[in-house]
Amino acid sequence: MFAALATAGLVAPFLIYPTFLMKLLCFALFAAAFNLLLGFAGLLSFGHAAFFAVSAYVCGYLCKTLGATPELGILGGTAVAALLGLLFGSLAIRRSGIYFAMITLALAQLVYFLCVQFPFTGGEDGMQGIPRGRLFGLLDLSDNLTMYFFVLVVFLGGFWLIHRTIHSPFGQVLKAIRENEQRAISLGYAVERYKLLAFVLSATLTGLAGATKAIVFQLASLTDAHWHTSGQAVLMTLLGGMGTVLGPVLGAGIIVGLETQLADRVGSWVTVIMGAIFVVCVLLFRRGVVGELAALNPLRRHGD
Amino acid sequence: MTSIFGKPAPLLFGQLLLGLINGSFYAVLSLGLAVIFGLLNVINFAHGAQYMIGAFLAWIGLTAFGVSYWEALVLAPLLVGLLGVLIERYLLRRLQGLDPLYGLLLTFGLALVAEGVFRNFYGISGQSYEVPEQLRGGVNLGFMFLPLYRGWVIVAALSMCGVVWYAIERTRLGATLRAATQRPDLVQALGINVPLLVTVTYAAGAALAGFAGVLAAPIFQVNPLMGSNLIIVVFAVVVIGGMGSIGGSILTGVGLGLVEALTKVYYSEASSVVIFLIMALVLLVRPAGLFGRQA
Repeated sequence: MFAALATAGLVAPFLIYPTFLMKLLCFALFAAAFNLLLGFAGLLSFGHAAFFAVSAYVCGYLCKTLGATPELGILGGTAVAALLGLLFGSLAIRRSGIYFAMITLALAQLVYFLCVQFPFTGGEDGMQGIPRGRLFGLLDLSDNLTMYFFVLVVFLGGFWLIHRTIHSPFGQVLKAIRENEQRAISLGYAVERYKLLAFVLSATLTGLAGATKAIVFQLASLTDAHWHTSGQAVLMTLLGGMGTVLGPVLGAGIIVGLETQLADRVGSWVTVIMGAIFVVCVLLFRRGVVGELAALNPLRRHGD
Repeated sequence: MTSIFGKPAPLLFGQLLLGLINGSFYAVLSLGLAVIFGLLNVINFAHGAQYMIGAFLAWIGLTAFGVSYWEALVLAPLLVGLLGVLIERYLLRRLQGLDPLYGLLLTFGLALVAEGVFRNFYGISGQSYEVPEQLRGGVNLGFMFLPLYRGWVIVAALSMCGVVWYAIERTRLGATLRAATQRPDLVQALGINVPLLVTVTYAAGAALAGFAGVLAAPIFQVNPLMGSNLIIVVFAVVVIGGMGSIGGSILTGVGLGLVEALTKVYYSEASSVVIFLIMALVLLVRPAGLFGRQA
């Protein structure tokens, strides 16, 4: 599956507009990181926009104001997202279920207001003109194709890490916690630490996606920090299939594709359509596209 | 001019009044959320949208059909409640027995739809709603000037909280409701139509949000985003207070409105985030919330 994804990624820019593909890959990584938490640890975060945005701002600040190379900018943004994840995670895991969702949403709104107020974010205008720069001081990223292959490598790296995590003993314990937290506790697992680690990992990879996006589009803005962005990650995961490895990637593809296609034709009705997709997903196919397809295949019904 | 801790008194009292108003809205909305959550086990993300729809119905009623403020105060909540009946009957009911997160996701989708629809028709600039004739002007209380309408909003919102408290804690219907919150199966076995009770509860919660929306219309701009901005703060209020007790919800809501106002006077940069910071603090010290029971 990994090889298939990599091959598709290598061929795609010669068939499809690379800028669209880069947006897709950034959001696919975002959704996959989000799914690590929702699909495998059973924790619904409504605040992932915070990690996405803060990382984008930090990366932009490092590259634009301090003149860092893009890889350092991305590394810095991701590191700050990880720290923020540790902070939010240690607060949010004190409650579970519905409260967890409300707490993460409120904390992300706190970050949103801070982004509005801090002068270095550029407020309503956002941080514009972040230089793409030269990767390791060598590769010129202003070339779209070079940029694309860099994003592809970042995505595949992040995706591989998520894949490894899910199939590691750590991932199995996460699933156990999702299925039956009480039993996991009675088996002697330090449930809180597992949840926190999953949260931090998810926030870190979300940060990686956000920083990469900032380099690609040379922009970090308040839209990234808005709760709509958190909602988008939820929708991509739900639509593609939560708890599946490929689902969020497919979901991101559908949503980003829809947005690109619809933006010119229906304008601001996009929000209504996204909301309607939410409702339909929750009512009619909760397993998502990948989950439903897997369920159709009788041989694999118990697999994965 | 008198000053209190270095701030002119009229400024302080003016902000405190606004804080009391915001606090009353937090109280009404968190109350509705808590009542719905108690029986349906669903966090109603659409609560903010229902508040926004209430405000818009009042505005549309006035501008298009000449419906007065007082009529809107009755009609808009009824219509929002009716919308609630449809949502519960045809959408939420299908999710019974599933993980409560699905209810949150469904109502989140509905909120997006509502927000998007109103944005398309009315833009995001906001419409202003005139203060009704009988409540224009104000009275001088000696230490401050009280605009009549603002006073009315506080009285109306807090009385509504009182009515809800009375209905739940002191009436037969309320007793049934509380029983059904604990053991719906037993209440059903005693011959009470629990599904109907669920529908009525959700509709009442939605109507409460619509009522708050009408009250808010003349104070804040009627704006498609007014609900989602408010509801996230209300979520934080709910986390701080816990959803265990009705009195607790009211107290937390009003208290936090006042704290927010004081922050605005003494350190205005932090006023938009102070409630979220308090939430973080409460989570550290008392994770179940001030009035919550540890699950």
